[in-house]
Amino acid sequence: MTTQEAFYSYIVRLGDDSLILGQRLSEWCGHGPVLEEDIALTNIALDLIGQTNNLYELAVSIENKGKNIDQLAFLRLEKEYENLLLVEQLNVDFGYTIVRQFFFDVYRKLVFEALCNSSDERLAGIAEKSLKETKYHLKHSSEWVIRLGDGTEESHRRVQEAVNTLWKFTDELFFQDEVDQNVIELGLGVDNSNFKVTWDSHVEHVLTEATLTIPSNSWQHAGGRKGIHTEHFGYLLSEMQYMQRAYPNMEW
Amino acid sequence: MVTEKYIWEQLEQISDPEIPVLSIVDLGIVRIVSISDDSCIVTITPTYSGCPAMNVIQEDIIKLLSPTVNTKVEMTLSPAWTTDWMSENGRNKLREYGIAPPEHEVDKSVLFAKPTVVPCPKCKSSHTKMISQFGSTACKAHYQCLECLEPFDYFKCLK
Repeated sequence: MTTQEAFYSYIVRLGDDSLILGQRLSEWCGHGPVLEEDIALTNIALDLIGQTNNLYELAVSIENKGKNIDQLAFLRLEKEYENLLLVEQLNVDFGYTIVRQFFFDVYRKLVFEALCNSSDERLAGIAEKSLKETKYHLKHSSEWVIRLGDGTEESHRRVQEAVNTLWKFTDELFFQDEVDQNVIELGLGVDNSNFKVTWDSHVEHVLTEATLTIPSNSWQHAGGRKGIHTEHFGYLLSEMQYMQRAYPNMEW
Repeated sequence: MVTEKYIWEQLEQISDPEIPVLSIVDLGIVRIVSISDDSCIVTITPTYSGCPAMNVIQEDIIKLLSPTVNTKVEMTLSPAWTTDWMSENGRNKLREYGIAPPEHEVDKSVLFAKPTVVPCPKCKSSHTKMISQFGSTACKAHYQCLECLEPFDYFKCLK
């Protein structure tokens, strides 16, 4: 694997995470539990898709094969997407969506903080921009985790179930392979094992505040970074890719 | 030959499509104007990564300037836009329009920090409350005045 290939994959993965989560969140449009949260979730989706846009632009310029970003976003096959399994999980209910968002936001903030020092100026620029947005998302999701966990009996039960179900996707946030090792060596990417402890303690702090418990089951699910997805992913793709598949090369 | 000053003045005519009362210069998204021979490069930066207004703004700049000078628009992400770049003129225009301009805020990562006091743009009362961290566009949050009861947009602080 050349450095160029590794760096390309690294950037595409970062973009896939935000694209798929952005797509999931946008399913809430018109269905939010209250108007303010309908707007909040779709605003966050917009930020994530904007970040994806910047990351994919960088990826196609690194690859330098004349691809455009719509091809990356909409014309790959299932196995060619390498997002975290966490972000493709169903919305289920508002509490579940918030817990998924919270686990992701804590991770993403740490990634961008570290990427601000990337040896690639373009990536550092994207990180600096996205970090500001991510901090705001994290504040939103953290406060809701606490409000729901420490809320009514039903809200507590629902978010605790979400924590229990989604916990098995959290080890994957710290997955590393050849791609990561390549970019870490050159200072292009970040070594996510450096902030695993910070992620754990931040999550624990908020969950404790929310009177929620971290499940003790240790079994963990992974595969997203290798293109092996959960069953929900194909349905998401078929909806997201519909326009480009039905009307190839269409533009708004 | 056109001057930089002339281009900056021209750009004052272009408004943000989502907040028509503000020009793109007031908003601080025009970063650099550079002129060489008979062409001009305008460098702009987005307020938020997913700001849907960027394409329209880019087209507006080209439409306005290209009859006079060969114009190219470039996009930059770094340094990242901050509400500190909004001009005093821009802040006043926002207030008159009914949107509260950005206030200095504590670090966003602080959980349950006391919400920023945002004075009502209609009656000036500081007795207001935040309704939602997110508002009608990516750059706004939603507040309500508890004196005159007017709901209003707050242009949230981004640092």
